Amino acid sequence: MDIVELSRLQFAFTAMVHFLFVPLTLGLSILLAIMESVYVMTGKTIYRQMTKFWGKLFGINFALGVTTGIAMEFQFGTNWSYYSHYVGDIFGAPLAIEALMAFFLESTLVGLFFFGWDRLSKEKHLAVTWLMALATNMSALWILVANGWMQHPVGSELNLATMRMELVSFAEVLLNPVAQVKFVHTVSAGYVTGAVFVLAISSWYLLKGREVAFARRSFAIASAFGLASALSVIVLGDESGYELGDVQKVKLAAIEAEWQTHPAPAAFTLFGLPNESKQHTDFAIRIPGVMGLIATRSLDTEVMGIRELKEEHRERIVNGQEAYALMQRLRSGEERDGDQARFEAVRSDLGYGLLLSAYSDDVANATTAEINQAVEASIPKVWPLFWSFRAMVAAGFSMLLLFALAFWHSVRRQPEKSPWLLRFALFSLPLPWIASEAGWFVAEYGRQPWAIGEILPVHLAISSLTSEQVLTTLIAIGILYTTFVIIEMWLMQHFARKGPSGSGYLDEETDADYPLPTPTREA
Amino acid sequence: MMDYETLRFVWWVLIGVLLIGFAVTDGFDMGVATLLKIVGHGDEERRVMINSMAPHWDGNQVWLVTAGGALFAAWPPVYAAAFNGFYFALMLTLFALFLRPLAFDYRSKLENSTWRSRWDWGLTIGSAVPALIFGVAFGNLLQGVPFQFDDYLRLEYQGGLLGLLNPFALLAGLLSLLMFVTHGAAWLQLKTEGELRSRSAAIGSLTALVCAALFVLGGVWLLLGIDGYQVTSVIDTQGYNDTTGKVVAVSAGGWMTNYSRFPLLWLLPVLGVLGFVLCALTMKLGRHALAFTSSAVAMAMVVVTTGVTMFPFVMPSSLNPNHSLTMWDATASELTLKIMFVVVCIFVPLILLYTAWSYWVMRGRLNEQFIRDNDKALY
Repeated sequence: MDIVELSRLQFAFTAMVHFLFVPLTLGLSILLAIMESVYVMTGKTIYRQMTKFWGKLFGINFALGVTTGIAMEFQFGTNWSYYSHYVGDIFGAPLAIEALMAFFLESTLVGLFFFGWDRLSKEKHLAVTWLMALATNMSALWILVANGWMQHPVGSELNLATMRMELVSFAEVLLNPVAQVKFVHTVSAGYVTGAVFVLAISSWYLLKGREVAFARRSFAIASAFGLASALSVIVLGDESGYELGDVQKVKLAAIEAEWQTHPAPAAFTLFGLPNESKQHTDFAIRIPGVMGLIATRSLDTEVMGIRELKEEHRERIVNGQEAYALMQRLRSGEERDGDQARFEAVRSDLGYGLLLSAYSDDVANATTAEINQAVEASIPKVWPLFWSFRAMVAAGFSMLLLFALAFWHSVRRQPEKSPWLLRFALFSLPLPWIASEAGWFVAEYGRQPWAIGEILPVHLAISSLTSEQVLTTLIAIGILYTTFVIIEMWLMQHFARKGPSGSGYLDEETDADYPLPTPTREA
Repeated sequence: MMDYETLRFVWWVLIGVLLIGFAVTDGFDMGVATLLKIVGHGDEERRVMINSMAPHWDGNQVWLVTAGGALFAAWPPVYAAAFNGFYFALMLTLFALFLRPLAFDYRSKLENSTWRSRWDWGLTIGSAVPALIFGVAFGNLLQGVPFQFDDYLRLEYQGGLLGLLNPFALLAGLLSLLMFVTHGAAWLQLKTEGELRSRSAAIGSLTALVCAALFVLGGVWLLLGIDGYQVTSVIDTQGYNDTTGKVVAVSAGGWMTNYSRFPLLWLLPVLGVLGFVLCALTMKLGRHALAFTSSAVAMAMVVVTTGVTMFPFVMPSSLNPNHSLTMWDATASELTLKIMFVVVCIFVPLILLYTAWSYWVMRGRLNEQFIRDNDKALY
């Protein structure tokens, strides 16, 4: 593999492992705050014990989130140094703001959350927990502002003198619609993850007839919180951002295997086998109209197909060749009359010219064959996107169903009388992670061949390293992360199995102190 | 508000502030972790040490994360060149840093002594290795780093990990490791009792003196044996980054230019040396708060002295001195610097406030009885 592939692989691996821990932190932090709020409001110690027990599992997860998070911040510089140079003026700011505004608060308060129980009043400790949860969520906002900008780079302009993108409007970067929909979608997905986690482990206790008082209450909180979150994650799906910008359009076409534009509203392909060589989906089962409705929120807007997108890309690549030649002249001081004006006209296509540099040493005079190669490469492979998107959606809807059933049984106050439901909850444990990873795969693989949509292709974004160097670190990170994940999962199951009573959080008398709520017959 | 030149200068100061913040806060927990197996005899003493920093290490570490983020935002060319250039050194730092959160959180979760001993090593490696490498990196910055740019400002770097491990850089690395150790020992004075405290005082007062000696030695070496860099053309401090357009001269004793122009600057390294000596003294005398303060001041002075010596350089190039990165021509755009400055003005005071509050809440000394009484709830 060449250095570009290896660098991509390293980023994909570190990012995907990092995101095994992030969503649970997002969701569980809010759940902890809710549980502790109930404790402070009702004064029932079982809710404090819940906060402490789930907090212990939160801590095991949080540690690895911190560990894998450090790598994320460093590796833009280590492995994507031209990227860092080229867009650091815009991309660096949200990362730094994340640290200053959110990560500091989160990391300082997490210490007080764990060790401040006996030193803070009830109310102060509750405030600490809520602020920690809030900070965690703010963290996500800034990271997604950064990521949203990679997908749909707004508020910035190329400066030929410094040879990099520079910030023009911070407000546009912050209010980037792609970033905003990503934020609500991702954060809700985190809430779902936290809720499934609590629901599944509580269900396991109920199945075993252990920790019943504890598990019932956890089950109730998780099912209500989970239902609200699962609804919002689906309603606030990422798709609302798919009409913006070329990258998002390409992604949508690939997700839906929309090989050519069809009259509006487009059909949704429920199932099919995308066939790259024939540019056709075999065995497709389509539901008319649905996709156009989801993607464009209208009945008369077309969803652009891959064939049409490629034609558009070809034009932009040809323009990009001119932009590239003009850039060379303007930077080397061999400027001719009218170059500046002409560059203004084609500068938005410069990125497409850069795309061509992967196939031609002389971009301005590339052959038709080379241009064809660049056009083909301007669309990511369809089947991985098609399938991972469906995996995400299927997981999302199963979780919605789970929460709806769990909430219903929880309202009727007898979840433990339905072992099938408890088993459904238990076996759903991997679903939120499958959905999150599949979702990020769609977002990032769907951005190919770009590092920054329409601006900087991935092959130019890398560092000045050899492929051996990257391979070495990739192997080292692979070994370390695998070891860490195994240890983490072992600890998780160890403490989940021990349960609150085995971990010293629950007194024997608790069940007697707080008898099970009895179902009300009138209802 | 401010012009580009002022903003650039302010950001040079702010990066320094973040580095000092990192040294003063994360420095002590890295120091304590380095000393874990040396002064901590037995599991309970080690748990006292670990729990003395348990509520704070994570917040402390964010100074490092913030310094990284601020470098990315305020000095993108420096972030790109340094992180790419020092590739394996940074990766090693990263691998070491991986171990810290896990060691803190996982170590005491199980009773097994092999498990705990492994994580103790993890904590020590995770703290000592970064402490050493940060110094090595600064040692290399002072000697110039072999990089240059092509026409499109793509970095070309020549050199590997072994080139970084030269004698002067190792001296700088040792200094940074030992000043963290000293600071960690001073922290243990504040937070522990009995033998653990006296053992760390003995070690800390020794390492403080070694730090003073290393700092002086490093300065003399820099004066006599290492070429310094000077910009000989005029840099347009208000203009765009013309990173490759300036002229830079390399000469013996070149790093002393700023001191000959402003002799008052000599106060900085002198204060640094005095800080270390005072720290050693006060540790012996049992004046713990003063010992901690003076080690913090000494470390701040080491950072400031390095910055002032190199000013305006932040990453000189030994391969092509004209391509050296300075705090005038390796910055973000004016708008980004401005926005980030506003953000810092709002949030750094808040950070200091709630950090101080968290230290206040967790104030007081820990002992082995406390560990036994709170076995399950502590690290």
